[in-house]
Amino acid sequence: MIETNHITKRLGGRTIVSDVSFRCEPGTITGFLGPNGAGKTTTMRMLVGLAEPDSGEAQILGGHYRDLPNPGRRVGILLDASAQHSGRRGREALAVSAKTIGVPAQRVDALLELVGLDETAARRRVGQYSLGMRQRLGFAHALLGDPEVLILDEPANGLDPEGMRWMRELLRDFADRGGTVLLSSHLLAEVDAIADRMMIIGGGRIRAQGTRDELLTSSGTIVEAADLAGLDAALRGAGLAAHPVDGDRRLVEAEPDVVADAAMAAGVVLHRITPADDAGLERLFFELTAPGADAPSPTTDHVPSELTGATA
Amino acid sequence: MSTTTLTPPIHLNTARAHARPGLGRLVAVELRKMVDTRAGFWLQIATIALTVIAVIARLTAGDAADHTFAAVLDVGVKPAAILLPVAGILLITSEWSQRTGMITFTLVPVRSRVLRAKIIASLVLAVAILAMSVGVVAAGVLVASPGVDGTWSGVAPLIGQSAVYLTSGIVTGVAFGAVVLASAPAIVALFALPIAWTAVASLSLFAGAAPWLDTRVALGPMPHEVMSATQWAHAGAGLALWMLLPLVIGTWRITRREFVA
Repeated sequence: MIETNHITKRLGGRTIVSDVSFRCEPGTITGFLGPNGAGKTTTMRMLVGLAEPDSGEAQILGGHYRDLPNPGRRVGILLDASAQHSGRRGREALAVSAKTIGVPAQRVDALLELVGLDETAARRRVGQYSLGMRQRLGFAHALLGDPEVLILDEPANGLDPEGMRWMRELLRDFADRGGTVLLSSHLLAEVDAIADRMMIIGGGRIRAQGTRDELLTSSGTIVEAADLAGLDAALRGAGLAAHPVDGDRRLVEAEPDVVADAAMAAGVVLHRITPADDAGLERLFFELTAPGADAPSPTTDHVPSELTGATA
Repeated sequence: MSTTTLTPPIHLNTARAHARPGLGRLVAVELRKMVDTRAGFWLQIATIALTVIAVIARLTAGDAADHTFAAVLDVGVKPAAILLPVAGILLITSEWSQRTGMITFTLVPVRSRVLRAKIIASLVLAVAILAMSVGVVAAGVLVASPGVDGTWSGVAPLIGQSAVYLTSGIVTGVAFGAVVLASAPAIVALFALPIAWTAVASLSLFAGAAPWLDTRVALGPMPHEVMSATQWAHAGAGLALWMLLPLVIGTWRITRREFVA
């Protein structure tokens, strides 16, 4: 189990992670989705004690990561596949960690085989590895201690389609046997294909979280108004369910025309009204994480084309 | 990627699986990390090779009467005295420059334990290299000038002093590495700062303080003359400034330094 309570991290006057709270339950795969620089990596590093939150608290398996006596046997971590000594051979890199956490040396060979690094690859120095090979070595490393929890930062990076499918099956099997998985990605399609639950992060804040269906349901219509209280009253009056998304925004579980009618009837001026459900998750993702998501935007359609291209 | 099953072929969940890794195990791991990379391996090979070359060069030059154990040891420990601190630096800085610290400090989150293991491992390496140096020197002296008068005088204290010389050297390397946390600047600082300090200390203003704080002068006699109490006091003061102070600052740095993108 992984749990964070309102963790916040500032660096050089900038808030990198802001008031992030979530829970990852055993038996589930949670996808941590957001553009590069949204705060995923910093959040994951705070989970395992590589960085300290300025406020709030992160817990793994019911306590602080730092207090686990031998964390390598309970939590498998892949935070940066390139964080291996380039002059060390692949097998040796695993053997050193196996020795540290007290895992028999035969386990190293079993895992090299599992991730598909053959004898030649295992004998090469990590500096000569391709990104895909590093990623596989990183998977072997994360699984070394037969953990209950997996924390993987951009694990699909550098994997080919076959590797992606392999990873999906591996994580599914891990979760089905009661494991807890938290993985991050900046690509919606990856998370959508693997995860049971998603958390969408943008600008350091969790913008939305839930199962795919929950997120799709809630991606009805996004509205903004200067008179928030008036808007809330109007929506309530019309019997429409609304969720605060980002402080001064509402996600309404209804079609835009219904929402517009309700606002009109109550005399509330809308500054922004966006149909969200036709583009589904992708639209929700961009709506919630677009660079200007914090500020009211004068247009209803401001998704840069290079972003849409990135997830296609 | 032949199979997707994760069921371990070896029974892993033994009673001790979740126990904290002992300090002995961490020391063994850190020792291994010093020699299992390309750079680490060749650094040790270079130390051994240079020791053999230095000893042979000393024994084939000059008058045989000068080839006492003390005179040859003075030359024989020089390669180790120069290269061991570099091994000490790399032991710390590679965790940052190669980013292996993200693995080391997630497997052992209490970073002071890792540092303790690294210091002990570096002491073990220094003693092993000292044994090698003394062995090469003794073998060379036995072959080249066994009959010279006074050849073997002061062997035990000189070996003891050399042990202090080499172990303090590698720990100083660890300390510099911990302060700087980057390989190249730490190596430059380790070699340039004492030289710069010698230059500063040569000013008449510092004439009184110089022997106390210049480790190059204070530690220099260790391999070839049995030191007096005053010399030991100088050496101790120099090590407090050049080894202990950086070690304290470095410990503070290592335990607090975050891994943020």
